[in-house]
Amino acid sequence: MNRLLILTLIAIGLAASPAWATLNVLTCEPEWAALTQEVAGDLAEVTSATSALQDPHHIEARPALLAKARRADLLVCTGAELELGWLPLLQREAGNGRIQPGQPGYLDAAQFARILERPTALDRSMGDVHAAGNPHLHLNPHNIARVADGLAKRLGELDPAHAARYAERNTDFQSRWAAAMARWEQQGARLKGVPVVVHHRNWSYLVDWLGLTVIGELEPKPGMEPTASHLAELLETLKATPARMVLRAAYEPSKASEWLASRANIPAVELPYTVGGSAGTKDLFGLFEDTLNRLLQAAP
Amino acid sequence: MKKTIVAVAIAAVLPWSAASRADTDIDALRAEFDQKFKALQADYEARLKALENRLETAEIKADNAQQDAAASAAPPPVSAGTFNPEVSLILQGGYLNRAGGEHPITGFMPVEKHAPVDRGFTLDDTELVFGANIDPYLRGFADLTVANDKVNVEEAWFQSLNLDYGLTVKGGRFLSGIGYQNERHPHTWDFADNSLMYSALFGEHLAQDGVQVRWLAPTELFMEVGAEAAKGQFFPGSEVGGDRNGVGTWAAFAHVGGDVGESNAWRAGMSYLRARPRGREAFLTDVGDFAELTSFSGTSKTWLGDFVWKWSPNGNPYERNFVFATEYFHRDERGGLNCADNIAAGGQCTGLTDSYDSSQSGGYAQAVYQFMPRWRTGVRYDRLSSGSVDLGANGMFFDTANYDPSRWSLMTDYSPSEFSRFRLQFARDKSQQGNPDNEVILQYIMSIGPHGAHKF
Repeated sequence: MNRLLILTLIAIGLAASPAWATLNVLTCEPEWAALTQEVAGDLAEVTSATSALQDPHHIEARPALLAKARRADLLVCTGAELELGWLPLLQREAGNGRIQPGQPGYLDAAQFARILERPTALDRSMGDVHAAGNPHLHLNPHNIARVADGLAKRLGELDPAHAARYAERNTDFQSRWAAAMARWEQQGARLKGVPVVVHHRNWSYLVDWLGLTVIGELEPKPGMEPTASHLAELLETLKATPARMVLRAAYEPSKASEWLASRANIPAVELPYTVGGSAGTKDLFGLFEDTLNRLLQAAP
Repeated sequence: MKKTIVAVAIAAVLPWSAASRADTDIDALRAEFDQKFKALQADYEARLKALENRLETAEIKADNAQQDAAASAAPPPVSAGTFNPEVSLILQGGYLNRAGGEHPITGFMPVEKHAPVDRGFTLDDTELVFGANIDPYLRGFADLTVANDKVNVEEAWFQSLNLDYGLTVKGGRFLSGIGYQNERHPHTWDFADNSLMYSALFGEHLAQDGVQVRWLAPTELFMEVGAEAAKGQFFPGSEVGGDRNGVGTWAAFAHVGGDVGESNAWRAGMSYLRARPRGREAFLTDVGDFAELTSFSGTSKTWLGDFVWKWSPNGNPYERNFVFATEYFHRDERGGLNCADNIAAGGQCTGLTDSYDSSQSGGYAQAVYQFMPRWRTGVRYDRLSSGSVDLGANGMFFDTANYDPSRWSLMTDYSPSEFSRFRLQFARDKSQQGNPDNEVILQYIMSIGPHGAHKF
């Protein structure tokens, strides 16, 4: 009986061995799915484990995700402990040796980026602080360009037959991206120094890139739900040093930012945060264009 | 390329303006042109190179400056390696208001629990959890609980990391993959106490000393099968039953699951457990209200079915979410039961060994709703059926009246952060025939240290 079961399992396992036509890429967040699409085109089948309406910190290793991770040839994640609550489980339980940390099938985007806000001390009383620094790195387009280079190289290693195509596509992407960045930086120049309030520290890279000034955060501590007392305090602060807008991501609840914005008489701006976070953000270009448009609209 | 075009152009223009000129003139002109063109090209190339170099150095400088600044701002670079191995400590306890004494579930073989039955202020198990990748191939995990003067090894196992084809192998002591709740430690339960089903089946949960193999199918739909071979010294097995060469307990399970749209996820499972208890001792109350020592040897077969449904708006559970879970079991035990001679002490049993045949079932259904960040509320209904218990000749000493133990539980919990939780629970407990009880439980669960991800 047991022998029969084992034989059947082996038979099914062999029959279901993956076909190597295209690379199967699973990304933790939509921004990396979009980037893989740019670099790999139709050479890869790309899916994202999360959507723009999901908080990448708080996702469960659902059965559907395990099934996806099982079949992935490459797993692309932000790293820097952003996915600490679910990614390790996904990697361990998927029975897929290729996507383990340290294997060529796992790419951690944070290794290519300049990481901001590395903590000097760690204590839970400070809230949900990531030991590896702020992981929301994709909101500086220069980081996207750096990750694209690393990604193209890795794709070439995993699929050497098409290495030249990946490199070619990456060169093409880099030139279009550089041109777009120049345009965005010119458009965004007048946002320099604009004071803002943010919901969570997931805007640090955008703030750093555009030179915005953060007056305060809705969360009393990173990752802690906004409290009434903290919001009241923040409102007092805004009386002395006014901000121009309150920023939140599409996946974040609107209540706290609407509350503060209406009392401080400034706009509450919902930004897409990642690809798919608003109607206009079908790809990475759309993400930054839409983000800039919304910021420029709120700070005329 | 350009050169030839220019040359052709010149060649095309020249004959018509100065047709009489000698070929040598044309050649000289061409050479001169070529020379100038090359010089111009070199000049541009050099300038471009210089510009590139300047840009590159500027970028490197900026990079270095930033890195230096980061390095000086954060003297010892903190890394995840600091947490290797991940060590966490879980504190649990509370206040219980309930009837005193033991609370056996009527009609079911009592299972020894390592957690004492308690009331008033109580300290529950303090859990010490270690976990880390041992090397690129294996992961190790241990969960030790400390309760009063006893240290208990809840789990201590290694698991394969880099087997391909969807295979995962686990060895050591682990929580069996059967059912849904079994793999969850008490600090991750949605209610302050165990479901009646798991209390009746395993006391707390089934731990296995042995090997587990899981295989995940390479399909869009989540499909997983697993099998376990273990020593089988824990209930429904027994110490003596586990003292053997070979396998004391076999278990197998299959899970399917997936998403329905963005907002819903589900998992359903079927499990089977076969144990061979030998001399499994238990005290049963006889018709004269005496505790009789019985000993069972035979086979115990359990089927479990489970189903979980989770909902969250757009798949983002942080603000609001809803979880429905239900499980059902059916257990058949067949063999011989000895009831130790207790006449001298005034009991009924005469030391007789005769056949024992029981067929019992039960289950629970629970729903937990997080209606705003940090706050959850839930309801659970437990119901067991003592089914048919045939004690053979020993039957005359015991009252095997049919009874369906049941319980309603209502809880609300508040989590200041994902590392702490306070819970208030009310229960109407009718698990013991003729002794219904109203319980109030106030519970705290705290976790110190990195807290690993929880399973679905």
